Amino acid sequence: MSPNERELASAAFDPPATTLSSTFKGFFEWFGNLGIFTSQVFRAAVTPPVEWRELARQLDEVGSKSFPLVVMAGAAIGVVISLETRYSLGRFGARSMFPTALVYSVVQIMGPIITGLVVCGRVGAGIGAELASMKVSEQIDAIEASAINPYRLLAATRIVACILMLPLLTVAADASGLITGWFAQSLVEPLSFHQFISSGFSGATFSAFLPQTFKTAVYGLIIGLIACFQGMTTQGGAEGVGRAATNSVVLGSLFLILADVVLVKFILVVFS
Amino acid sequence: MATTNDIATRQAEPEQDGVAFVSVENLQKSFGSHKVLNGVTLSVHRGETLAVLGRSGTGKSVLLRIIIGLETPDSGSVSIHGQDIAGLALDRMSAIRMKMGFLFQHAALYDSLTVAGNVAFPLEHHRKDLSKSERNERVKQLLAEVGLEDGFDRMPSDISGGMQKRVGLARALALEPEILLLDEPTAGLDPISSGEIDDLILKLQRERQMASIVVTHDMHSARTIANRLAILDQGNVLIEGSFEDLQQSDIEFVKEFIKQS
Repeated sequence: MSPNERELASAAFDPPATTLSSTFKGFFEWFGNLGIFTSQVFRAAVTPPVEWRELARQLDEVGSKSFPLVVMAGAAIGVVISLETRYSLGRFGARSMFPTALVYSVVQIMGPIITGLVVCGRVGAGIGAELASMKVSEQIDAIEASAINPYRLLAATRIVACILMLPLLTVAADASGLITGWFAQSLVEPLSFHQFISSGFSGATFSAFLPQTFKTAVYGLIIGLIACFQGMTTQGGAEGVGRAATNSVVLGSLFLILADVVLVKFILVVFS
Repeated sequence: MATTNDIATRQAEPEQDGVAFVSVENLQKSFGSHKVLNGVTLSVHRGETLAVLGRSGTGKSVLLRIIIGLETPDSGSVSIHGQDIAGLALDRMSAIRMKMGFLFQHAALYDSLTVAGNVAFPLEHHRKDLSKSERNERVKQLLAEVGLEDGFDRMPSDISGGMQKRVGLARALALEPEILLLDEPTAGLDPISSGEIDDLILKLQRERQMASIVVTHDMHSARTIANRLAILDQGNVLIEGSFEDLQQSDIEFVKEFIKQS
């Protein structure tokens, strides 16, 4: 083999190794930077002053403006679960269990995760794109140069708004799903709403539903944190803004589902 | 073109006594393998304007960003009023930034706020003692100071580049800074707007006696507004002095720079 051929062979071999090592390096770097970012946001969030006006604006942005979407998603899920559950229970001759099955399916399983994913899509992308756009146009630098802590003003307010609003939006999605689920069922088999609710929640304890609803605060933390991190650390122009918006949704959804695995197990262990 | 005497009488007399408002010592900064600053040493006193010139990519803007703490140097020190800013936490750095105003190259106005909202922004956060009407009055004063008498409710995207620079300057002046950092204040402006911005900077310099550092490519503008000029080349200060000092320099790069400007 000539020296030139050896060089070519070496070059052909090197890139995958380099790519693999740089991928690993990038992976750990990303988590390291996320850790530093989280500590800066946490420090800014627990020290005064509180940015009340921006927090109120973000509560409206995350809560009120997501409300219609979350209610619609909850309504659709209610109908789907109603149709599927009636069919499945019918096969086992357990149609009388329908109210309980619907309530547990909506409130314990589908309501929280659907709310999380819908909010992640709407709010996560919005926060990621907005902050990335501010970053590339030096507006975040301008905030810092004006002696204002951007972690407190921009990140902490958005993350806290997500944490506070997710459980409330989940309750709205659950209520919407239960109403449409009952409605879909009553079209086939008349059942009063009062009867449906009392039957569905009979024997239910607060601990069966509250942890499932309040775990969405963790979803809020994940959605807000990932979106703010992607937005405030983006680089490049329009491409960077697009990348931040996409990554906010993709990574937010992924971490949300992974967190759900841990949270479900945690709730089962602690509250069962 | 203004003569040397004209310019000298228009510029304020700097105070050379006491501690420098801004002092930069042996500053080094690299991005990856690219060394941007390689031992820059500068100082600016009260009432003095220093213009930093140089080719694109020589680290002029990076120098300003390091001085206000938006970038961290690899080595060297930056002192503001004698206090080293290295390693200061964000909130302690904010206290120092209250004394500084920064005009970004592209103005960096908040695109979701109006012209008045942009100028009011630092006041809303740091001057809680002002009532809403007092704050509005202060915003009007600041905008009048930079030559804007109307259009306060317009959005930044609806105004010209020159007006954006003026609004950015009004925002930088909102907290009555003692140090003013200007990144390419006349870049992208027509000669008339550039001249107006220069006159505005001179007026502010006379009235407020701030220590100013102006990063620019524009030799005419630098000569008009600055008491001292420094040319950066390959990450270091090649020459520093008055325009006359630069004219008398034997350094080929300086001669070429002045000739081409």
